[in-house]
Amino acid sequence: MADISMAALTKVYPGGVRALDGIDLTIADGEFFALLGPSGCGKTTLLRTLAGLETASSGSVGIGGRDVTALPPGRRDVAMVFQDYALFPHMSVSDNIAYPLRIQKVPGATRREKAAQTAAELGLTDYLDRRPGQLSGGQQQRVALARAMACHPQVFLFDEPLSNLDARMRLEARTFLKRLQRELGVTTVFVTHDQAEALALADRIAVMESGRIRQLGTPAEVFRYPANTFVASFIGSTPMNLLDGQVAGGRIDVAGALLPVPEGLEEGLAEGEKLVYGIRPEYLGLAEGPAEGALRGAVRVVENLGSAQLVTLEGESGFVQAVVDEDRRLTPGEIGHAVPRRDRALLYRDGELLNRAPAESGPAGRPGEGEAA
Amino acid sequence: MSTEATTDLEKHSSPGRGGPPPDPSATGHLAGLAGARQAVRRIGFYVFCCLLLAFFALPLLWLACAPFDRTPTITASLPDFTLQNFDTLFDNPYAMRSLGNSLLLAAGTGVLVVVFAALAAYALSRVRLPGRDALLYTLLLLSSIVTGTAAMVPLFNLAFELHLIDSQLGVILVLTGGLLPSAIFILKDFMDGTPRSYEESAQVFGASPLQIVRHVVVPLVRPGLATIAVWSVAQVWGNFLIPFLLLRSPEKSPAAVVMYTFYTEGGQPDLALISTFSLLYSLPVVLMFLLVSSRYGFRFHGGIKR
Repeated sequence: MADISMAALTKVYPGGVRALDGIDLTIADGEFFALLGPSGCGKTTLLRTLAGLETASSGSVGIGGRDVTALPPGRRDVAMVFQDYALFPHMSVSDNIAYPLRIQKVPGATRREKAAQTAAELGLTDYLDRRPGQLSGGQQQRVALARAMACHPQVFLFDEPLSNLDARMRLEARTFLKRLQRELGVTTVFVTHDQAEALALADRIAVMESGRIRQLGTPAEVFRYPANTFVASFIGSTPMNLLDGQVAGGRIDVAGALLPVPEGLEEGLAEGEKLVYGIRPEYLGLAEGPAEGALRGAVRVVENLGSAQLVTLEGESGFVQAVVDEDRRLTPGEIGHAVPRRDRALLYRDGELLNRAPAESGPAGRPGEGEAA
Repeated sequence: MSTEATTDLEKHSSPGRGGPPPDPSATGHLAGLAGARQAVRRIGFYVFCCLLLAFFALPLLWLACAPFDRTPTITASLPDFTLQNFDTLFDNPYAMRSLGNSLLLAAGTGVLVVVFAALAAYALSRVRLPGRDALLYTLLLLSSIVTGTAAMVPLFNLAFELHLIDSQLGVILVLTGGLLPSAIFILKDFMDGTPRSYEESAQVFGASPLQIVRHVVVPLVRPGLATIAVWSVAQVWGNFLIPFLLLRSPEKSPAAVVMYTFYTEGGQPDLALISTFSLLYSLPVVLMFLLVSSRYGFRFHGGIKR
């Protein structure tokens, strides 16, 4: 068990690519932490730097109060699960799980016993003699997890743990992974490009862009109060509507539609100031008829999401997306009026959020806190 | 005979294949003509193949017959069966010993080539070096010169300065040097084809570079190592020039060189001895190929993701 601390961590690749740009980050003991971002944002480099597979250009990494910046990977007491699992194809499942112990020169019998015990915890007992090639994707993932668990590391590092699974397996594995992490209580850092995965699994998320952390917070914070327009457009299964507007008489004028100012922001707005009005499609309701403070537009596309429909309206403010009830009948071309939920609307000035998140979400970000907010 | 076989085959195969049966009344005559033409074409093809095969099979046939013939000639004919030739061969003081020498040279070179090539190929595959590819290609180009006729004199001088004349170690070292570049080149491709995450995974668990090579890399490129081993053994087994050049005493000479000395008193090639010895000489290589190919199968899967 250990916390992780990074100070001014920078990684510059030969050729001048700045993959990490002065990362300061502390991950608490036992935390399930997500590094989230689009490809090329440096999240994998950060994970590999934690593992010791990349050496930092400057800055320091500490694990459990010990400075490991200069230590080779094998002496950092971390275990990493790779995106392709990297199970040795020529070894049986049992030998794979026992491999870390083989490196530690644990005698063969103890090793096999330990492997069998770990495998049993993950429901792999029937597969101990098989080769990785004979297992399904989900089983391979569990073998990789078992191998990581077998050496009882202080920290788990997962590189895109769910991306090699098919969609249904992924949901199952997600729940499994979260439960396992809870039970083991080992500090875990994982990398993902899938915001839904990060929201579902993590206690805290760092959203990264071009080598920097753009926002750090609990899933609820990151989802409800994206600190900037980059995070706002990245988080959420349907991208947030970000509409250009300006302050007009205590309201926000978005292409002719006068929308109410979000709660608590009435002060400090200058008349005529240009802002970005952000509202998630889920928080836009479609009114029955013309309504006050509504975004008007013609229905262009209706996408069935199962229990809801995603409607794309084309109006004077550009395209606006709204999620509406599955029972609502909509025909393309029809005029719709989208009414935002006032308590969910966000305002951005120069790309930075103006709304203040309620103070109740604690800094440690333990699960449960802040989620009800 | 072949015509009947083909038509027979067609008769059997056409209804069974599940396709729509051909309409017999409308196209019967035409189809017959086309069928005959196809049959003639096929006969021609097989005759051609047989001739080609016979051309290449004749030397092998000679190798199979001549050792058992009382009076072997350079033509392949049904032998007047005898095992006398083997007795003569076993009585020759150098024949059997030379096979042992060949084995020693081949095994020694094989081991050295595999070990050094594996280490070098791994390093070249994993460490970024400026001009790495140019280096590899240059080595490959030069290697054909090193063991070739062109370098005969400098090679002899070098061996002389190093006191490696008439030493089997000298032959092994020279042959190893000649084979290494190609071996490294081929093995590097195998190494490139194995995903890095295997090694990184082992590295995170604390494995040292040599442990990584032993536990992970070598098992993964085993087919490549087998290929290299067989190839280098076969190369040494058939090499005449280098041992002929560097070895003085006949009791150290390998089979390829000793065979050169099988003449009758009259100065004629002793066909009985040569054919019998050739048979024994070729057997180990054939056996090795069969063994290795059955164990590893010569698969090249360098660039394909498994």
